[in-house]
Amino acid sequence: MAGLTLDLIALQLFTGVALGAVYVLLAIGLSLIFGMLTVVNFAHGAFYMLGAYAGLFLMTQGVNFWVCLLLVPLLVGGIGLAVERVLIRPLYGRGIDYPLLLTFGLSYVIVELVRIGFGKTGYPVDTPELLQGAVDIGVGYFPLYRLFVIGATAVILFGLWLFLERTSFGLIIRAGARDPEIIRVLGVNVRRVWLVVFGLGTGIAALAGLLAAPLQGVIPEMGGPVLAEAFVVTVVGGMGSLLGAVLAGLLVGIVVSITSLFAPEMAKVSIFALMAVVLLVRPQGFFGRAGLMS
Amino acid sequence: MNQASQATLARARDANLDWRELATRYRVLLVSAFLLAFPLVMPFTALAINILIYGLYALGFNLLFGYLGLLSFGHAALLGAGAYFCGIAIVHFGMPWFAAIAIGVLGGVITAAAIGALATRTRGIYFAMVTLALSQCVYYLFYQAVDWTGGENGLRGINVREIGIFGISFDFINPMTRYYVVAGFVILALIVLSRILASPFGAVIEAVRENEERARASGYNVTLVRLITFILSGAFCGLAGALYALQLSTVPIEIMHYETSGLAVMMCLLGGMGTFFGPFVGAAVFLMLENLVSLWTVHWQLIVGAVFMICVLFFPRGIWGTLTMRGKS
Repeated sequence: MAGLTLDLIALQLFTGVALGAVYVLLAIGLSLIFGMLTVVNFAHGAFYMLGAYAGLFLMTQGVNFWVCLLLVPLLVGGIGLAVERVLIRPLYGRGIDYPLLLTFGLSYVIVELVRIGFGKTGYPVDTPELLQGAVDIGVGYFPLYRLFVIGATAVILFGLWLFLERTSFGLIIRAGARDPEIIRVLGVNVRRVWLVVFGLGTGIAALAGLLAAPLQGVIPEMGGPVLAEAFVVTVVGGMGSLLGAVLAGLLVGIVVSITSLFAPEMAKVSIFALMAVVLLVRPQGFFGRAGLMS
Repeated sequence: MNQASQATLARARDANLDWRELATRYRVLLVSAFLLAFPLVMPFTALAINILIYGLYALGFNLLFGYLGLLSFGHAALLGAGAYFCGIAIVHFGMPWFAAIAIGVLGGVITAAAIGALATRTRGIYFAMVTLALSQCVYYLFYQAVDWTGGENGLRGINVREIGIFGISFDFINPMTRYYVVAGFVILALIVLSRILASPFGAVIEAVRENEERARASGYNVTLVRLITFILSGAFCGLAGALYALQLSTVPIEIMHYETSGLAVMMCLLGGMGTFFGPFVGAAVFLMLENLVSLWTVHWQLIVGAVFMICVLFFPRGIWGTLTMRGKS
């Protein structure tokens, strides 16, 4: 413990925020989909993995990383649209468990398809040239790419906030999360809104996977543990609450990285310990079951 | 309801007594008879034993999902705890096999109590997420306790060569003997399950599934009912895990994996949730499908996932549920 300085802790805090940024993106997609469609997307981890692989594939084809940031969410979001339209739509009104079970089966299919296409072994993913190296952030040197992940997440969140708060379609989404019946009466095609929201959520998951790929590489099974951790974030933050997803995602990231500083072997378990405490004190999470944006 | 109408109902029931109701009445006898004859028609006894063990695992899951209506994605932790506790009792403490099985059941019960105490505090859709997350936590704990569990390499050396029942020694290496020993425990579990379902508590379980508010209004402590059912489910899964450890003579860490939890969900839904025979039908179909498909492709999970999705979309009652519903409607 002698080497522990305040600077080191501060650096680890930043690492936690970068890690948390990925959780935030995952949880916000889950929460968005649940808030609107009341579908718990068990294939969310698979879409995350798909985003990482789509990025890897495009980059080996010579596509620039920055173009990938745009193409990958569009591509995977498009797959998400098709999934909602063909597979999930027939299950509306048949109980909350069925879409969950369906997306669970879907995750098997997606993972196996990726195994067929790219093999069972994982690959490392290069950090884009422009983002290699480290910068001095006052308390020490911090990898530039992690800083970029934090920045990119902030931009995505701001964009999402603008979309939900400042556009008429965002207004419909917020209203639909509160009461789908009323906006249907008002003549809005709710099914189309649901379709878009599912595509949006899966697109953001894919983006999270792409951003995480240079940090940890890609492997077909990478979505499994991440799904469990994203669930922890949504449970801690409160299902359906976007603000909760953001705060809980950052909190989980920070708890993991600080624990791995003091007791590395307990890092993974600390996430679940945090969830256990929240469940004991406040079972509905920080912002559970309120309106979508509250 | 007055007595006259009750009597009328009873008469109507007797008149309509068809194969389904007979099957329900003699359910334990039927399954037992089937299980005793089963290995004689199976090409490999090892597959038959696996079907028994996974069927028992799916049965434990079905008690929670099919009868109580709680979807758990954390049952791998219960199966795994049963297997590890049983294995540790034999490897580290040199316990006899029957004591190890009891320890395995205890392992399932303890883990279920710990997970259940937290998970039953949540409602509805949270339950699936919380059980998944907590089982992942149990996975990491067992993964890191290398001295006890062998960590990544799994727990090895659970060698039970012969077992003594009432002073008679049986050769446990012989697959047929092994099958009938496992079948004995499975039949015991079936009797217990049948008793639970037929008891007043069994009625309360289904009442909570049908209408939680009404059950609460009737004075039942719904949270407690859920916790008790979760623990009972843990006992069945713990037994399945202990038998798994004896059958495989090793416990791989993958038993605690998230995909093992999914296995119970798939088998249960495939066979027919909330039916007595469904879990075994589901386990049999699933494992035979896996065996068949893996003959011509290593990517059997693709087929399994697709079959499961088709099942969710078009046959939510599962195989057994669809069969028994056909004549009724």
